[in-house]
Amino acid sequence: MLIAKNITKRFAGVTALNNVNLELYPGKVNAIVGENGAGKSTLMKILSGVHTQYEGAIIFNGEQVNFKSTKEAEKAGIAIIHQELNLVPHLSIAENIFLGRELTNAMGILDTAAMNAQTRELLKKVNLGMSPNTPVAKLKVGQQQLVEIAKALHANAEVIIMDEPTSAITDKEVDNLFTIIDELKAQGKIVVYISHKLKELFLKADHYTVLRDGATIASGEMKHISQNDLVEKMAGRKIIIEKNISQQVFSDPLLQVKGLRLRNAENSDSFLVKDASLTLHKGEILGLYGLMGAGRTELIETIFGLHPKSSDGEIWIDGSARKMTSPARAISAGVMLVPEDRKLQGLCLGLGVRPNITVTVLKQLEQNGLFLNGKKEKTLTAEYIRQLNIKTASQETLSKNLSGGNQQKIVIAKWLAKKPKVLLLDEPTRGIDVGAKSEIYKLIKELAATGVGVIVVSSEIPEILAIANRVLVMCEGEITADMPVHHANEARMLSHAIHKN
Amino acid sequence: MTAISTNYKQRIKSLQSLIALVLLCAVLSIMTDTFFTADNGLNVLRQTAVNICIATGMTLVVLTGGIDLSVGSVLALCGAVAAGLLKNGIALPSADTYIGFTILGVILAALVIGGVLGWLNGFFITKFKVPPFVATLAMLTVARGLTMLYTEGQPLSNLGPGFAFIGAGSFLGIPVPVWIALLVVLVAVVITRQTRLGRYIYAIGGNETAARFSGINISKVKMIVYALAGMMAAVGGIIVTSRLNSAQPNAGASYELDAIAAVVIGGTSLSGGRGTVWGTVMGAIIIGVLNNGLVLLNVSPFWQQVVKGGVILLAVIIDKLDKKD
Repeated sequence: MLIAKNITKRFAGVTALNNVNLELYPGKVNAIVGENGAGKSTLMKILSGVHTQYEGAIIFNGEQVNFKSTKEAEKAGIAIIHQELNLVPHLSIAENIFLGRELTNAMGILDTAAMNAQTRELLKKVNLGMSPNTPVAKLKVGQQQLVEIAKALHANAEVIIMDEPTSAITDKEVDNLFTIIDELKAQGKIVVYISHKLKELFLKADHYTVLRDGATIASGEMKHISQNDLVEKMAGRKIIIEKNISQQVFSDPLLQVKGLRLRNAENSDSFLVKDASLTLHKGEILGLYGLMGAGRTELIETIFGLHPKSSDGEIWIDGSARKMTSPARAISAGVMLVPEDRKLQGLCLGLGVRPNITVTVLKQLEQNGLFLNGKKEKTLTAEYIRQLNIKTASQETLSKNLSGGNQQKIVIAKWLAKKPKVLLLDEPTRGIDVGAKSEIYKLIKELAATGVGVIVVSSEIPEILAIANRVLVMCEGEITADMPVHHANEARMLSHAIHKN
Repeated sequence: MTAISTNYKQRIKSLQSLIALVLLCAVLSIMTDTFFTADNGLNVLRQTAVNICIATGMTLVVLTGGIDLSVGSVLALCGAVAAGLLKNGIALPSADTYIGFTILGVILAALVIGGVLGWLNGFFITKFKVPPFVATLAMLTVARGLTMLYTEGQPLSNLGPGFAFIGAGSFLGIPVPVWIALLVVLVAVVITRQTRLGRYIYAIGGNETAARFSGINISKVKMIVYALAGMMAAVGGIIVTSRLNSAQPNAGASYELDAIAAVVIGGTSLSGGRGTVWGTVMGAIIIGVLNNGLVLLNVSPFWQQVVKGGVILLAVIIDKLDKKD
């Protein structure tokens, strides 16, 4: 039995887990459920030795353990199968399974025959009819997952944590996975199952624990709870930041998306965005909600011209059809994106505040079409620093030295300077403190009031309810709901977002 | 507070290579009587001018996160073509025409060839996603081969006094190659500091994804940058050819390494986005002073190479230590 007692985990100023208690039973499938950001991943990272600094205790088989690394956790018998699989693509199945614990003979030479033989046994156990020599790159996602499970079996793991194991595999592969889970259960292993798919949970799980906002909300036997009760516990009653109650009607269409599809780069038969259509009006704020992997980011990225080769469908701006073949094209059509990951996609962290803000408008700052007007650039930067209340020591301060909220404001500022018609924001307040959050909400509303159309992608329902005029919900690449904000509430949005088959 | 101290640190850092150069000169002035003289100073600058030209182009490339290994060969080909056109022009017996070239004409021709070869580097790098290391390595071999073909493996000599002035002459007491290098540097400084292109170069090197998300045409910027590097190598080729009054088929061999060394010693990050043209100039002069000083100190040429290698390593280690905190 694995018990986590009073676990608290803080990241620079943010409490990710607050006094969480968790009990995981051998011979059972233990489900951990909660919305995005509820703290599931953080908790799993503590159990598997990724995060080593936390308060509270982990008791494994009656003894308190304190893993200093993932290696130690593995040694103790805890294996985690991540959503993003951790295999080396160009190595074979056997090489991956024995990575870091290769078998050698007396001469120190790799004992390939023994490793292949053992791998063959393991693959039989997980029903994967492949040669141990097959490179992992040739396997489909579902098969790679089985290799990960085989790896866990080889390590003799007692606890096997599966994070969203069915998010990328076919129904047939799901059936096989369930058979394996049953076997693991029969062997008395602790299976931890994290999933958003309620149907699966009710089919496979024995015990549940609900996390919400970093705290344990409820736990118990799966057979004693109904689907609706579980959803309600996940959503809870959160303090809603003054819900947007305006019933303003917008009638001037600005952006129209018709039948947009985006193929999956890894599997050309499946679609990340399926036949999505939407209309955004002038001055309207559209909230786009969905769970992880619902296709929200992919949808707005496609509108922004980031996937020209794998997408089709029509995009109309101001009544004329536009081909969004590159971000540059989208920007010249007035469509701009504040991306999901500001550090990787939004900013040049090693450059100062000024060049980051003005990068989109340098052409306007040129004199005689040749040299940049430094004075004009400084004035412009100062204007946005003031308007967005960006806290920085100077215009030259490197953007990596600013807080998350101020970094996000820089990304927004560079688009405000470019005067967008349509502004797409992907998780604009992720990892940002409350103060900066409300400033960004205010900014978005002011921008919309000037006639800009805004789409905000968010995993936080209160955020969407606070700023949106209309709410769209996506699930598995499809837009499953479209409602005015005064009809929207947590339970309704969540029920459209959860995959029910 | 941290922001202020970082700014202060940045300022020190930008002066780092200048401080190193001053120290180096001070030491050499004390240890030899011959180092700290006007003649020797001009001598060092004259010898460094070619590397400054090439390294300046290299800086632009490295700032985008790339590298250009082909500059030495491009230098040789441009120099050879300039010499060949000046000497023989283009004769088309079938059309019964002969095109002669003036000195200005061959300079322009060399610049065009350098630009085109550089642009080709950029083309393969951006359109076919060939890593810069590989694309420019291929160009290194191709351009060297073309040089051999064009010269038939023989030097092209006796190019006349007018052309020789470029490499050997002086203007206002300062060698012409130094004036040329200064011009190249000024152009690059203005580009990096005062133009849109310069901003895009830093943005791409700093974070290519963010640059693309900001609507920058990455391919176009990179092709221009590699073309500029090729043109600056061509400038170096003209100086080298003129100074020797002869185009050598094996001219410029391994010059790319000295250029990269100058860039690195000058504090430009090989991963892109960080560095200055002035830093590179300092780096090139440090290498020049080092070569010169070691000769004056009667250090064997073999040891000179060892010392140079050590300095490159030291420069990067200091840079990394800086980054840690």
